[in-house]
Amino acid sequence: MPKNTHDVIVVGAGHNGLTAASYMAKAGLDVVVLEKNDWIGGAAVSRELYPGWKYSNCSYVCSLLRPEIMRDLELYKYGLQIIPYEGSATMMKNGDYYTHYHDHDMTINSIRRHSHKDAEAYERYSRDVLRQCKIIKPLLKMTPPDLTSFKPKDLFGALEFAKHFAAKDELGGLGEKEIYDTIRFYTMSIRDYLEEYFESEITKAHLAGSAIIGTALGPCSPGSAYVLLHHYMGEVDGSVGSWGYARGGMGSITEAMMGCLKDHGGEVKPSSEVTNVITKNGKAIGVATQNGDEYYAKKIVSNLDVRRTFLKITEEKDLPDDFVRSVKNFKIRGSSGKLNIALDGLPDFPCIPEGDPGGGGDMHFTETIEEMEGAYDDWKRGEWSRNPYVDMCIPSKSDPTMAEPGKHYMSVFIQYVPFNLANGGWNEERKQEFGRHIVDCIAEFSPNFKDLINHYEVRTPLELENEVGLTEGNIFQGELTMDQLMFNRPVPGYAQYRTPLKNMYICSSSTHPGGGVMGAPGANAAREVLLDMNVPQKGNYY
Amino acid sequence: MSQDLRYSALKKTPFHSRTSLASRTNKYYNWNGYTVPTEYSTTELEYTAARNGTSVMDLTPMGKYEITGVHAHQFVDYLVTRDLSEMKDNTVAYIIWCNEDGKVIDDGTIFKFSSTKFMLCCAVKIYNWLNDSAFGFDVTITDVTDTIAALAIQGPTSCSTLKKFGAIDLETLKPFEMREYKIDGLDILISRTGFTGDLGYELWTDPKNAETTWDNIEIAGKELKLRPFGMHALEMTRIEAGFIQTNTDFMAAEDSLRPTRMRSPYEIGMGWLVHLNKNSYFVGKKALKKEKEENTTERCLVGLDIDGDKPAHGSVIYNSKKEDIGIVTAALWSPIMKKNIALASLKRPYGIKIKENIFAEIYHPEELEYRKIWARCKVVKRQFFNPERRNKVPADLYE
Repeated sequence: MPKNTHDVIVVGAGHNGLTAASYMAKAGLDVVVLEKNDWIGGAAVSRELYPGWKYSNCSYVCSLLRPEIMRDLELYKYGLQIIPYEGSATMMKNGDYYTHYHDHDMTINSIRRHSHKDAEAYERYSRDVLRQCKIIKPLLKMTPPDLTSFKPKDLFGALEFAKHFAAKDELGGLGEKEIYDTIRFYTMSIRDYLEEYFESEITKAHLAGSAIIGTALGPCSPGSAYVLLHHYMGEVDGSVGSWGYARGGMGSITEAMMGCLKDHGGEVKPSSEVTNVITKNGKAIGVATQNGDEYYAKKIVSNLDVRRTFLKITEEKDLPDDFVRSVKNFKIRGSSGKLNIALDGLPDFPCIPEGDPGGGGDMHFTETIEEMEGAYDDWKRGEWSRNPYVDMCIPSKSDPTMAEPGKHYMSVFIQYVPFNLANGGWNEERKQEFGRHIVDCIAEFSPNFKDLINHYEVRTPLELENEVGLTEGNIFQGELTMDQLMFNRPVPGYAQYRTPLKNMYICSSSTHPGGGVMGAPGANAAREVLLDMNVPQKGNYY
Repeated sequence: MSQDLRYSALKKTPFHSRTSLASRTNKYYNWNGYTVPTEYSTTELEYTAARNGTSVMDLTPMGKYEITGVHAHQFVDYLVTRDLSEMKDNTVAYIIWCNEDGKVIDDGTIFKFSSTKFMLCCAVKIYNWLNDSAFGFDVTITDVTDTIAALAIQGPTSCSTLKKFGAIDLETLKPFEMREYKIDGLDILISRTGFTGDLGYELWTDPKNAETTWDNIEIAGKELKLRPFGMHALEMTRIEAGFIQTNTDFMAAEDSLRPTRMRSPYEIGMGWLVHLNKNSYFVGKKALKKEKEENTTERCLVGLDIDGDKPAHGSVIYNSKKEDIGIVTAALWSPIMKKNIALASLKRPYGIKIKENIFAEIYHPEELEYRKIWARCKVVKRQFFNPERRNKVPADLYE
């Protein structure tokens, strides 16, 4: 028996890899996680790039992480705490603002300032979106059934899936009439969807933001309404659609997972980039790393996106042609950038009155859907948006651990930023030019913003690919469109976390139910591995 | 830190300076986006004022919509299930309205000033529903929730209090009638309506008159056992009166997350408000007609008289075979009737054909332990309390 033999190797110490590893370690397996960077966490990290300030370098807010997973893995015990935030605001060029609050009635009062009709329509809208959340929630922790298979497991699975869409309430579904709404919702553009409820531009623009974050779709693109749902289906302690900060930054999520993993005998090896999967007789038996080490195991679980897993670390000869073609066609386009900023104090945003809880969460300055679509048009031409949609927040307003008292950390997510920048691609100079452009855009709404900046980190899709390993910098590890969701994710026929290569599995966000710091792909994949190994499992997730 | 929350914070009603002064407990709640008292002193005493003297409640947060225009009367008649074609000017009617599937959206009261001007009062927000339904009618819908201050003046001495306040000949006003007054130079509309099931009135005026009005009513009621009255006490009186509360006794069709929770008027005891023989069409008529003809009504909302003295809050109702047949939606030990009463939603034929041998499972908390009580219930008329003085004309006076 060769050295370095384990039950399971997980490739990549992102949140899904660590979730899968923790579940398997808890079930008694000997698990090792190999990570290319010298830090762990993938896109859920907290790094101190400037002394005294902690940055949530990639993902920055938390809502999707499944509460069942937090409970099963006892993440609280290992230091995870979620701080819900109070509101969100869109600032307007005329000095006014639009806000949403944690309190439903305060939100209604606030919307009414812009449109009486919209204030009341918001009730109907919330109910309808909540209905969709109710349908999708049980699906998140299910392995999608294979619709072409006649195995009992798949037949029952298909029935289970279908019942959540079509069946009567008694069976867990909503009813016949609502299935029409679901089909429309999954295929519409967010603009068309919102126009069925709202009249004021600012209401639509504020709500549409969630439908474009991280996606290479515009607000007028069909399918963008689903992306909104994807951002809405999370919860903070039962409050569906709420978002919060992970205390200590997003890295505290993966730190806590690692705590759980180690407590159950698992191991994480940083600076161990997997270069190829070792196969024997058409089966995966181990992996080789950049530093020349080899690891062997009964099962290999990849937390890399589907493109990297099969086009980079697996050899094409080990895979069927049609599968490779599907993987090559998998849509995974980078569209987002980020600035992490160390501030010497709290910037003034004169549009938002001091003390208004609306300023406690995400802030934006895109006032119309047309502006948003314009930003997307720039991306299509291979340029960063001249008038970008930004999702900015100052976690240090709620979290005392990000910076010293009085100092602040600001996270600015930017939509849209191309991976393939026109006229020669990204270089250091153009990256800095992009960073300066975003700083200028924000400064238009905050007179003292520039004076407070100590340091900032600029992240383009290129950095996200090179550093985190997300192909083209796509934060969801693949577009969230109907052709790539559920039984089609990552590719048709392989939605059950197994791959054409025996003993090789995939647990990343490229699989159902998709991206976001959710953990569900990792937990689902772990369940399938454990099933195949006949290891008994228990927990709230199952 | 400054706390200028501009427009987003919960609003204060035009009576807030007075209600907050009257509050000894500082207990407030959020009603339709406004901060209003749940309780001023003790709920029992406030309840007693409504059954013994005069109770005053700030009603301003209730949804109020003005419907004006040449088609106003036709529109209102089209909107609601009740036949309002003969409704007279200066009267009020209790109504419900449904969606096209014949499921109840809300109940409320409609005030007719003339055939071109109405006011609708209700619990849920329906500005959009009214506007959508008004397609094809020449009407204008205005949300007047913020622009009309309202008080409920209820109880046996309420007529005397208001007369002393300046409402001349008020005792001649019949139930569901309204009259415009000019009192100390202020325009005040008084209707003989209310939610307590007792003699009572509601008073409507411009917000700028609110504080003076409150002060003068307080003075007028000084010797007539007047007391401000919070939401908890109102809840007690409305259960005794058998009035239903939207999203408590039934789910508003537009608010139900689960479509199977929507209820038709027949399922919530409101069949008497559905006039299928009304000449014109009304929203939901087709579906309601079908339900009636095919007798497909599944549930009913009934009154229960329950053994023992422990209120059956949230109790599940069982038949003698211990099968689950429904749930209590509101429960109360009635201080005036000394009865343990409840409103319950039951699966038919229970409550309609079968009125005996049904049981409530009551969990009564006793110092950190629950006592499980299996209490026999009798199906009774939902209107538990209905005193003669409620509808008497002329109204009782205490002079």
